[in-house]
Amino acid sequence: MAPDPIPAAPVPASAVNRGGAGRFLRWDVLVTALLIAVFLGGASTSTGFASVDNLSFALGDLGEIALIALAMTLLVVAAEVDLSVASVLGLSSALVGALWDAGMAIETIIPLVVVVGMVCGLVNGLLVTRLGLPSLAVTIGTLALYRGLAYVVLGDRAVAQFPPGYVSLAVDNVPGTPIPYPVALFALLAVVTGVVLHATGAGRALFAIGAQEEAAFFAGIRVKRVKLVLFVLSGTVAAFAGVIYTLRYGSARADNGLGIELAVIAAVLLGGVDFDGGKGTLGGVIAGVLLIGLLRNLLMLNDVATEIQSIVTGLLLIVSVLTPRLAALVRRRRRAPAV
Amino acid sequence: MVKITTRRFASSVVVSLLALGLAACGGGTTKDSTSAAPAAPAPSAAASADPDAPVKEGLKLAFLPKQINNPYETIVDNAGIEAAKEFKGEAKEVGPSDASASSQISYINTLIQQRQDAILIAANDANAVCGPLQQARSKGIKIVAYDSDASKDCRDLFINQASSEEVGRSQVRMLSEMIGGKGDIAILSATANATNQNTWIDFMKQELAKPEYKDIKLVKVAYGDDDDQKSFQETQGLLQAYPDLKGIISPTTVGISAAARYISGSQYKGKVVLTGLGTPNQMRQFVKDGTVREFALWNPKDLGYLASYAAAALASGQITGAEGETFKAGRLGERTIGKDGEVILGPPFVFDEGNIDDFDF
Repeated sequence: MAPDPIPAAPVPASAVNRGGAGRFLRWDVLVTALLIAVFLGGASTSTGFASVDNLSFALGDLGEIALIALAMTLLVVAAEVDLSVASVLGLSSALVGALWDAGMAIETIIPLVVVVGMVCGLVNGLLVTRLGLPSLAVTIGTLALYRGLAYVVLGDRAVAQFPPGYVSLAVDNVPGTPIPYPVALFALLAVVTGVVLHATGAGRALFAIGAQEEAAFFAGIRVKRVKLVLFVLSGTVAAFAGVIYTLRYGSARADNGLGIELAVIAAVLLGGVDFDGGKGTLGGVIAGVLLIGLLRNLLMLNDVATEIQSIVTGLLLIVSVLTPRLAALVRRRRRAPAV
Repeated sequence: MVKITTRRFASSVVVSLLALGLAACGGGTTKDSTSAAPAAPAPSAAASADPDAPVKEGLKLAFLPKQINNPYETIVDNAGIEAAKEFKGEAKEVGPSDASASSQISYINTLIQQRQDAILIAANDANAVCGPLQQARSKGIKIVAYDSDASKDCRDLFINQASSEEVGRSQVRMLSEMIGGKGDIAILSATANATNQNTWIDFMKQELAKPEYKDIKLVKVAYGDDDDQKSFQETQGLLQAYPDLKGIISPTTVGISAAARYISGSQYKGKVVLTGLGTPNQMRQFVKDGTVREFALWNPKDLGYLASYAAAALASGQITGAEGETFKAGRLGERTIGKDGEVILGPPFVFDEGNIDDFDF
């Protein structure tokens, strides 16, 4: 298992985080503990679970979700959301397929689709920041729009036979380690994102925007500009994840990645990021991604039916959203008579 | 601080990405430059078959359908699981709840970890499952595709539900027998360029060219575009345009059920014979009310049964998947592997009032 690059240490006491519900019961710490419990439990009860092959596969299988979750964390911390990520991934995949089929060089295709992803993110960002529309509504719209474009580009065809050199970059492990290249890339980006979010002024600006947008604005933060950048980032990452996805499966299709926006958001929420913005840690999100992935892997290894897998993941998510709020409620009740 | 750098940063990223792309235009990796890439070698190529080897006991087989809870696939897989009991194997069905291209991948990984002896897969995407299947084969797991083939470099065998030739010819034989070998007939197909249907119709025409069908005349091939409404209207049109029509063949499940619905509510019921390819659930009421006497499709139970035996024969070393090898498939008798590792299930299965209630799909 990849070492958690951002230990779920307390957030550098950013003003907005102080007094939050997470002070007594830190959900991200709990998730990390749960992750360790699942891992140890799996390793001791299921043969094959802790094998290098299996973990390496499970990590690789999470690659795209994990990458997208990085950008999503930043958005949700700033109290926005991007539901169109899986559709951008699909559009990117369809474009890779169509252009490759038309004989274009893969070295040209990759930057091109990443730029398309940027534009997708820019459209989301402009609609949200310039027209003041809620991101939930905007990105539900572009979720349908971008997926529709993906079908326009590739129809229901599937394009395969990508160059082996690039396919192995998406599939193979970094030599000498059980870590697939995309996961290594993720680890690198996770460190960068973690530092930016938790140790710089820019990161603190995101928390400020998420906690109190107006106050952040009057504190001199260019709120709209920052949000626009976040949406562009999200589109870019999703498009790049689309390239990895396509190469990893060796099949470009318009329906690639259908529905993974929900897995991403589930991981972000499970990781303890407050959907209302202003609270959360990247370490928690990474633990959330790993927990969902490993739990699913473990349930599958034990032949648990798909329906039960969904139920388990769903319940976990509800608990993750509910627990901190209940804890806060209980604390308030307890405090109330004393005051 | 975010403000100053944003715009410059963004534009420089875009420019450099595009520059990178353009730079690659000269001599990058394209489809043409890699199209000669050799297919991955079949790991089991060196293995040799021992036709007399006994079927091993306790073989672990796993069925991986396109998606679970699909009634058709459930019948196939359950029949395969039952078959495994005959040779004292353990079989199970696992699979995703959606039929998207990639959803089978993690299941393949799981089955590798569980050290199954064989994986039987109805592939959602012939190529997306390829890498993991190759990995499974490199660990000695045998791969049998059924219902929907995986790329042929990635599996040992494909159990093909029906040969196109038999599907085409048998429908003419069925209809001819029901109309007494005489009269005008029409075909209600799917779209004009549907590959499957056109192949079958070609074989129907070849069959009709035989002397024994000289009194049967194919007056028209109509296209219902696999759209229920259109197929319904086309049937109506056919019957009005050709009042002497004796029979209609509809080699598509959408067409035959729409045609049956029209005929059952019209004056032609009992006068015009309808047959073709349909599913029992769609056709049940029309068989019961006498609109349709018999229609065909493959028998999904036999498909699962044959796939199970084929997997056991592979895992026991009786066959390697090479053309010409034979194996015994229980009550279905001996089967021979054809070109490209395909085993054909056999002639289409005929459903009629006597057996339709045995099937639910």
